[in-house]
Amino acid sequence: MDKFTTLTGIAAPMPLVNIDTDMIIPKQFLKTIKRSGLGKNLFDEMRFTQDGQEIPDFVLNQPAYRRAEIIVAGDNFGCGSSREHAPWALLDFGIRCVISTSFADIFFNNCFKNGILPIVLPEEAVAVLMEDARRGANARMTVNLEDQTVTTSDGKSYSFEVDAFRKHCLLNGLDDIGLTLEKVSAIDSFEKIAGQSRPWV
Amino acid sequence: MAGKTLYDKIWDAHVADEQDDGTCLLYIDRHLVHEVTSPQAFEGLRIAGRKVRAPEKTIAVPDHNVPTTEGRDKHIDNEESRIQVEALDKNARDFGINYYPVSDIRQGIVHIVGPEQGWTLPGMTVVCGDSHTATHGAFGALAHGIGTSEVEHVLATQTLIQKKSKNMKVEITGKLRPGVTAKDITLSVIGATGTAGGTGYVIEYCGEAIRDLSMEGRMTVCNMAIEGGARAGLIAPDETTYAYVMGRPHAPKAAQWEAALTWWKTLHSDDDAHWDKVVTLKGEDIAPVVTWGTSPEDVLPITGAVPAAEDFKGGKVEAAARSLDYMGLKPGTKLTDIKIDTVFIGSCTNGRIEDLRAAAAILKGKKIKDGMRAMVVPGSGLVRAQAEEEGLAQIFIDAGFEWRLAGCSMCLAMNPDQLSPGERCAATSNRNFEGRQGRGGRTHLMSPAMAAAAAVTGHLTDVRELM
Ligand code: SF4
Repeated sequence: MDKFTTLTGIAAPMPLVNIDTDMIIPKQFLKTIKRSGLGKNLFDEMRFTQDGQEIPDFVLNQPAYRRAEIIVAGDNFGCGSSREHAPWALLDFGIRCVISTSFADIFFNNCFKNGILPIVLPEEAVAVLMEDARRGANARMTVNLEDQTVTTSDGKSYSFEVDAFRKHCLLNGLDDIGLTLEKVSAIDSFEKIAGQSRPWV
Repeated sequence: MAGKTLYDKIWDAHVADEQDDGTCLLYIDRHLVHEVTSPQAFEGLRIAGRKVRAPEKTIAVPDHNVPTTEGRDKHIDNEESRIQVEALDKNARDFGINYYPVSDIRQGIVHIVGPEQGWTLPGMTVVCGDSHTATHGAFGALAHGIGTSEVEHVLATQTLIQKKSKNMKVEITGKLRPGVTAKDITLSVIGATGTAGGTGYVIEYCGEAIRDLSMEGRMTVCNMAIEGGARAGLIAPDETTYAYVMGRPHAPKAAQWEAALTWWKTLHSDDDAHWDKVVTLKGEDIAPVVTWGTSPEDVLPITGAVPAAEDFKGGKVEAAARSLDYMGLKPGTKLTDIKIDTVFIGSCTNGRIEDLRAAAAILKGKKIKDGMRAMVVPGSGLVRAQAEEEGLAQIFIDAGFEWRLAGCSMCLAMNPDQLSPGERCAATSNRNFEGRQGRGGRTHLMSPAMAAAAAVTGHLTDVRELM
């Protein structure tokens, strides 16, 4: 996993609420057995017509946002399925950070496993960031994970909360499985005890 | 000290390690695997040279991609689907995990197969790379969906890195009225709380109307906990649960059954347990409902009318306007005036025997509307066989339904069963998202009985008029 420390980049405004995982990556692209290459189908049905033409109104098709690295989104971003293809597609497109008032649980988790930082901020802050994102490519937002701040192009700064353990993993690009396997003796002894008290499992 | 909730009890029984900040390693009793969200996880294991830690607790079945027409055990036309199913075949073999291939009568939707085979038991932790893992909560098991990285983590370590969620109680008091089912309960709860209402919580469903439900009905309720944003949904085990579990192939037997039962009987929330959020609905107030929009929270009683975007507040105004446009609906239209092209009965929400019985009861001796496309996709090969035995299959076929093999099918339309743009479907599945059943397809969610009623009349219909 790539580290996430600071990011200064273009933010795309997506004020729609309940942007679901079927929108982020429709199921016809889940047939892959790989993690890579999904960026070209990110938001596919919102981004392209049925015959593959770009829909000019869609934010990521507009010249100012083609290189966006941040999305500022409406409430409950990422609701729906557990498909990790959603963060894989975002990452492959180049999105490293999503800011919203709320996220769906599994999607939120999946982001951290892939070096994407999901940031939850209050409605007023998201509204200001949304406005800033609307200014286009010259207005670059800065996200600093170490300091836990998001700063608009004109210097307004908001701090956000992030779970300490997840922050540590993201800052250092740490792989969960490796960390867990360091605790294998705890798992062994749990298994032994549970095997005695609940042998039917 | 306050008592514990059911969730607290199951959680406490599965913590293998806890860090100072509350991050835990939660031990996983059952890991269910399907073909779509697992290939990258197995690939990860291979690259790192790791094994599956507990293959005997890991169960795999292909369901999402598989065609539901005859001959699929010989050949799958779609190359990408075939590759995914073959990858699962190979991974199951190479890593030595329990497997139900398409040629096996026990194959079906993973959330139907697990309970059917007795893999899912009260008090367990159950995970799967699939959000509707919440279904298994009906047994009083802590069950939730995980992403592919977590699938790999569970395969390698049999644990999950987790922080505890908050406790939410959803109580449905009293009795349901005739024509009202578990699906109407679960949709009504989401209508009341919104799709983010459960975010950060594990829900326990309780109350008389829940207690009165069969295991099938309870699975329908818990299945959609995720649609309400919750990590998991739970129902405390009781006699109904034990009766369902007893004698299943992987359920405990003899002395172990007695030992298990003793523990299971402790699995209920204490009277003085602390709840972070409580929602109460009266069973009598719940009507047969349908969805009108593209979010499961867009729920209305069938007697209602299509709302206007301006009826909503905040960001939902734009979302509702977009939904109405996508769904091709005009505000003020009576829901029962909405014409339907297609009916889909199946999915992990409503693909069990009881669901097929409820739909067949409405269809008996009737025909579907001319020009209607209608299909039944049983949730598993065993459900299918039982429905054939009970004569339900013949009722569906006589009515004009297609009688399919088991799988997810048109619930998410990864296989050839898809809606075309503008095609409108009465579906018993759980998601009405844009494009969910095929690009441009329009989905109305409802109970199996309501879907059967729509098949007969050709429009959304109050099932009570056909009863
Ligand atoms: S039936 Fe639908 S919701 Fe259930 S597991 Fe299959 S695709 Fe997912």
